[in-house]
Amino acid sequence: MIQRNVMPWAWTDTLLAQVFHGSLPAARCDGDAPAQTSRGTTMTDFSVPDFSAPDPPSRRSCRMAAAQAGDATAYADLLRECVPIIAAVARRCGVPADRVDDAVQDVLLTVHRARASYDPRRPFDAWLRVIAERRSIDLLRRQRRQGGREFHAPFAVENTVDMAADPGRGLDEAEAAGQIGRAVAALPSRQREAVHHLVFEERSLADAAQATGRSVGSLKVNLHRALKALRHKLGGEN
Amino acid sequence: MPQTTNDPGPHDALIGRLAADLTPVRRLSPPHRQALAWLAAVAAAAIVLAALADIATMAARLAAASDLWLAVVGEVATMVLAAFAAFALGRPDASRAWALAPLPALVLWLAATGAGCLRDWVVPGTADIPPMEEARECLTFILAVSIPLSALMIFMLRRSLSLQPGLTAAMAGLAAAAAAATLLNFFHPFDATATDLAVHTGAVLLVVVASRRLGAKRIGNISAPV
Repeated sequence: MIQRNVMPWAWTDTLLAQVFHGSLPAARCDGDAPAQTSRGTTMTDFSVPDFSAPDPPSRRSCRMAAAQAGDATAYADLLRECVPIIAAVARRCGVPADRVDDAVQDVLLTVHRARASYDPRRPFDAWLRVIAERRSIDLLRRQRRQGGREFHAPFAVENTVDMAADPGRGLDEAEAAGQIGRAVAALPSRQREAVHHLVFEERSLADAAQATGRSVGSLKVNLHRALKALRHKLGGEN
Repeated sequence: MPQTTNDPGPHDALIGRLAADLTPVRRLSPPHRQALAWLAAVAAAAIVLAALADIATMAARLAAASDLWLAVVGEVATMVLAAFAAFALGRPDASRAWALAPLPALVLWLAATGAGCLRDWVVPGTADIPPMEEARECLTFILAVSIPLSALMIFMLRRSLSLQPGLTAAMAGLAAAAAAATLLNFFHPFDATATDLAVHTGAVLLVVVASRRLGAKRIGNISAPV
């Protein structure tokens, strides 16, 4: 369908390309034969880009062309170079300072998804700026819509009563711990020893037996007696 | 590497992820070539339909009334301009002004069809009022032809990420509806009438709205996983 090197077609194609794209070409990368761009009809192969291109905009165009061919290093370098440009556009569009990073990330993702549609004959910076502008405006619009649903009301938050909260709970817990501590302290020494090792330190019977030098049976009996005494004492008080 | 104004630090993780995700992409052909390819598909459909149609009758009918010619010119121009506009708007850096391109042609199309109605009204009897049955056939024809043409265009637009997908899909619908209206001329059994104008306008609106609703998600899906 698309015939190349046929004069009337080439002429029409160039004319249409001018209407759509404006002036051609933008950057010249290494491996880009002059005849190809001057014809303006063939999508040239920018397969071996020249990263030492003299000016940063041309270098970015070349890097994007390399990224299209799959060069991840050139791509990462390009995206890093894009960050300040995008941030400047976002700020100029009125994106608040705390949302500029969101705009940058959004534009980086958009560039990634739209990378096949970049034409290296056109300046990369202009392409990036239009995308950054449009995404910034979209971000502001989303923010405005969200702003219509949410509102900032610090006093309302402060004055709202949390029905589940119980200010006395902490005190009660401390009080109970104190009671238990006193009751345990009042136990006979062997029972206190059994409670200390088996309950507070959560040791196994064997470990506790080794640590105290008592038999397992003795520990069991003393723990049993201690729990009985505590239950009687605390339950009686309550 | 110039990192003068902004620290790219906070974005390094994302940049690393995008670079790791990078796969070589086939560059899209320029929008005007895509538009020409789509128009070539319409031309192919026209050739097939012309083989089935009674060309002599159509020529006689068009020769009889100048406003019919104007309507055809308007239809073709709307189709061509809307196709170019749709493929241009398909690019992320496109200007919204492209959406205005087909409007003059659309005005010519509707005005010429309207003039046909007016002439019939002023000079009664110059046209047969078509029965509703035929009007329904026209509507069916426009829809049946528009849907595949619109789907083809949206398919061709799938790789070019549009940042104004609604407008792009609407333009695709307009181009498809205008193409269908142009092809309908091969089979149009009657003169421009009020029914005709209503059917055309209704069909175009229907196709534009449907294309916008169904196509927008397919050509502007920015939030899809990378």
